[in-house]
This record gives sequence, structure tokens and C-alpha cells, in this order.
Amino acid sequence: MTNASVPHEIEVVERIQESPTIFTLRLRFTDPELHAAFRFEPGQFNMLYLYGVGEVAISIVSDPDDERLFNHTIRVVGRVTRGMAQLKAGDRLGVRGPYGRGWPLQQAQDRDVMIITGGLGCAPVVSVINYVIRRRERFRRLVIMQGVKHSDDLIWRQQYARWGKQPDTQVLVAANEGATLWPWHVGNVTELFDKVEIDAARAVVMMCGPEGMMRVAVDNLLERNVHESNIYLSMERSMNCAVGLCGHCQYGGKFVCKDGPVFSYPDVKPLFDMRGF
Amino acid sequence: MWSNEFDYTGPIEANMETGFLPRARFQALLDTLHQAGYRCVGPQVRDGAIVYDTLGKIEVLPRGIRDQQAPGRYRLEDTASPRYFSWANGPQALKPNLFTPHEALWRSERSTAGAIRFVDIQPPADLIAVIGVRACDLAALRLQDRHFLEGAFVDPYYAARRKNVFLVAVHCTHPAETCFCVSTGDGPHATQGFDLALGELDDGYLVQAGSDKGNTIAAKLPLVPATDAHRQTANQEMQEAARQQTRSLPTRNLRDALFANLEHPRWENVAERCLSCGNCTSVCPTCFCHSETDETALDGKQSLHVRQWDSCFTQGHSYIHGMTIRADTRTRYRQWLTHKLGSWHDQYGRSGCVGCGRCIAWCPVGIDITEEAREICQGGGHD
Repeated sequence: MTNASVPHEIEVVERIQESPTIFTLRLRFTDPELHAAFRFEPGQFNMLYLYGVGEVAISIVSDPDDERLFNHTIRVVGRVTRGMAQLKAGDRLGVRGPYGRGWPLQQAQDRDVMIITGGLGCAPVVSVINYVIRRRERFRRLVIMQGVKHSDDLIWRQQYARWGKQPDTQVLVAANEGATLWPWHVGNVTELFDKVEIDAARAVVMMCGPEGMMRVAVDNLLERNVHESNIYLSMERSMNCAVGLCGHCQYGGKFVCKDGPVFSYPDVKPLFDMRGF
Repeated sequence: MWSNEFDYTGPIEANMETGFLPRARFQALLDTLHQAGYRCVGPQVRDGAIVYDTLGKIEVLPRGIRDQQAPGRYRLEDTASPRYFSWANGPQALKPNLFTPHEALWRSERSTAGAIRFVDIQPPADLIAVIGVRACDLAALRLQDRHFLEGAFVDPYYAARRKNVFLVAVHCTHPAETCFCVSTGDGPHATQGFDLALGELDDGYLVQAGSDKGNTIAAKLPLVPATDAHRQTANQEMQEAARQQTRSLPTRNLRDALFANLEHPRWENVAERCLSCGNCTSVCPTCFCHSETDETALDGKQSLHVRQWDSCFTQGHSYIHGMTIRADTRTRYRQWLTHKLGSWHDQYGRSGCVGCGRCIAWCPVGIDITEEAREICQGGGHD
């Protein structure tokens, strides 16, 4: 009998400091067979285990075809992530996963792709941006919208600048507070909808971030005649088990860990942005 | 695969009456189960309540005990009745025997070099026979089965216990004032999901088998033929038990009514009374929420990963990176009720309430789920 809820040992190969509170761990299984067998889709998450402290659900940001390592970009917010921030190359962790339903990348092929993210919730969608950029010919127009509170919060700034120079690609970035030499918009990212050029009838939209921001974005998209079933959101709720048993991530009748974290908008519409669910 | 090892699935119509066990021979049931390798767990009085614990002798059973239950009230009283099951229920259902309040799932060990080894903790393999299971508890067990066993991920700990449990139901003839299993369709008569079912009379027990395991045990009992008088009395008592229930839920599916009333003033009203203590979720036989935490050895060499019951009434239940989704009692009570009576239909095809009434009796301030549901769903909010 094997118990799928038991983690496996992984090793930190490299640690990258992305901002004062955000870091990326580049990881591999210490068992080469497990490493070779590990497969995931952009938008899925792992349960990372810090020895003696506990587990935390973190989305996978690296490319699913990268066979060498898998990456997690982590913001320091609680007990486990604070401990993980101290890790260095060679340190060991536990992992179980991947879990959940990822982004609708098959459905997005040959269509306009719009990716919207706000706050520091950019990691789950950066994986999908990179995925699309690396397979650019499979998709039509690409629009990237990213909002941050302060311009210093924007990690991978050079990447955004580089993406903006790609053909048929639009990058719209906003910071509520911009520092000197901030080249993009100052204000809410949702104020940039007027600049968006997409074919609403053929667009697939993927978004992640604070629910208030996603609410405004959904309303804007619906107004622009994007069909609600082509809008996908990555939801976040407390997760302990990641397999639909512990009950923490319930959202109405859904379990975010197994029915999500990526949902099509009609699936979450009845309770979306309602306080307390 | 764990899921293939079960024989509980599918409704078992237990219409096979196998005989009558005279009261004087009731110890034979425990002895037969012991001989078959089971540890018997049964009702007994402790700290003023009927609880389920290891049972060796029938003398420990709550003979002649009746429970008086009301919102926020549970009292036992002695009667002259020779019966062992002339009460409705205690705070526990079957739940603690299968989904245990605290359980280690796995262990991690760290070497001095920093390597981490993960060790699977095997689920227990002992056989347990639970005596005195109520129809409402069997219905709740069916719901817990669906949650822990019938999703994509089969919980190995629950599965191990579930596989090894033998269920002796006793039809309920003494519902409490807080009971409403008739309105949820779950009792008082146990109709499926048991190995043996007993109809208790003053002079003994009508015995029915509901599974092959039950038949095997029944065949070893010193049964005598049941009489028509026995059957008639048992039927009358069960009908009377159903008739005695005064509480009810408005309908069996309150999903749409609850979600159409998410801003009803009654949520604020109940939040002013609710202590957010989580007693209702602890005594609820279907509540499945649990948290996972690490218990680390003082020498730092190993850490146990445990799960323990959690409640949607706690601050931590909805905590996520620096914020709490349900910071106030209003949203917590609303989460509990809309899930239990509403979104449970989406998840498991029926309500999560089996009408046992425990949450009413064990609520320190006597909040009555049937009253709250009626007020919210029928638009009768008041100050």
C-alpha cells in the first residue's frame, strides 16, 4: 500500500532572491526516478513541506517541459514561508503533488490570450506567460496585464519589457505607487482596459490576484463581450490536505484544491467576490 | 487499491429477520463478537452522558437510562426499564471511531547531514464492533464514506478503519426532543448499512442481518424464533418513535432557499447568540473538516505530521496568507449552515444533516438548526 499523502524528499539546487520578500527555489527530487516521473501543468500547485514546521500550497512557476528542475516562487507571509526563505542550495524539503486543475492551455490554442494579474499573485500566471511565449506560434495575440501596489513589487521587470517587444504582444503594467523611472502606468491595472486590443470573440482570459481586482476585470471583459466561459480565474483558499478532504478550501460546493485552483468564471460566479465564502 | 476492498457499498435491504435474542442471553452477542476477533465498543454512562467506549460486559450498558434533551441541555435519568437502548443519543456518533479526532499521518526524520526521510504511518488493523448504532448515525456514516472513500483520493486511514468495523444497529424507539431524523429521511428505523440490526423489546431483541458478516455472527447467536407479538410491538414502537418527533427541517433540499438568502438579517441575529465555539461541528456526525499540523520532537530529529478535527467556526479555518476569509461569527455560521444544508447537495447529492439533533443539545446557548433554517429559508427574519 502506498500513501499518496506522504511527501518525497527534494533538494534546493538554487535559490534566487527576486525582491526583499520574494524568492525562487529551484528544486529537484533526490530520487532520480521520482524526478523523471514528475509531470505538471501550468497552474497546478505542490504542497511544499519544511521539516518540522509544516506544509504550504505553492504554485509551480517553471516550464512543464523543463526536465532538469522545477521552480517555486514564494513570498514570505507566514510561518512556513518565513522558514523557507532561510533555505539555501543543498537544503532539503518535502514535496507532494502536483495538485489541482491548471490553465486551459489546449482551449487557448489558436486564440487570443489575455493574462491578467494583480498584487503579488503573479507567480501562477507567469508560468502561463512563459509557456505561451515559448510556444508563441500556437497562440494568436497575447495581452499581458499586471498590476502591483508599488513599482518595487514588480519582479521579473526585464521580462515584462522583453515580452512587450514581441510581435503581436501587448504588455500593460500598472503600479498604484510608482517610483522614479517607472515606465508604466500609475494607478489600478484595471484602468488600462481601454488600451487592450483583443478579438473578444476569440479571446481566452486567464487571471489571478485579489478577488476585488478580478471582479473589476471580469466586469470589464463581459462589457467587452468576452464570453464568460472563456474567462478563467485562479482562486486561493486555505489548504491543508490538497486532495479535497480537509474542508478548508471549500467555496460553496467546490473544493478549490481539487475542483480548481483554476476555475472557469461560470463555475464560481454565484459566490464570486462575496465576503465570507 | 483500497477502494476495492470494501463490501459496504450499495444499499442493503435488511428484511431478513433471523430470530429473537432473549434479554438473558444478550451477553452472547458480545462474546460471539469477541470470539470473532472484534473489540466491542458500546454505549455507557460517563460524566453524565452516554458515550461509546470499549465494552466487555453487558452490565456496563446504560440499563434503564433515558436522556432528556433540549436546546443547550442534556440530562440523564434512571427509569425502571430493563432496556439498554431506551435513549436517543449521546454527543458521539460513529465518527470518532472512523475519522479519529487526532491521528498521525506520517513522520519525517532528519539526519545530522540534513537529509529528510519520510515514513508512512500504517493505519490500524484492529477489528471493532460498534453496538447500538442509530439510523441517523448510519446515514452520517454513508456521507462520511462518500467524502473519505469515494472521491479521487481515498483516505487510507479512514478506509482501514471502515473496512474493519462491524455495525450493530439498534432501531431508535426513544427519540429525544431535539431529534428530527424523520424530516431528513434518516430514521428512526435503521434500514441499511448495518451488519446486524436489533429491535429492542423488554424481553429481548429482534435480530436482523444486513450483510454476510452479520449473517455469520447471527448464526452463532442463541436465537429463538420471533413471535408475531414481538414484531407487532417492535413496529408499533418504531411508529410511535417517528410520531413523537416535533422538530423538522422545512424540506430536504434547502440549497436554493439558503443561497437566495445570504443577506438575510437572521444571520446577524444568530451571530449575536453564537459563541463560535465549534461544539456543533464536534458533535456533528457528518462534519469532516480537519487541520494538518506538525508535532516536532524536542531533540529535532523527527516530526509527526498529524491531522485533527477542525471547525469552520475557528479563526484559523479560513486563514490564508495574512488574512481571514471568515473573520466574524456571521460569516462562519452562514458558512456552516449553507454548507451543511445547501452546498452539501452539490458535493454529495444530499443534505449533510441527518437529523440527530446533537448540534441543538450540545450548543451552549441552545441554537436550534431547524429554527434558524426555517427563519432564513422562509423569509421570517425577526429582530
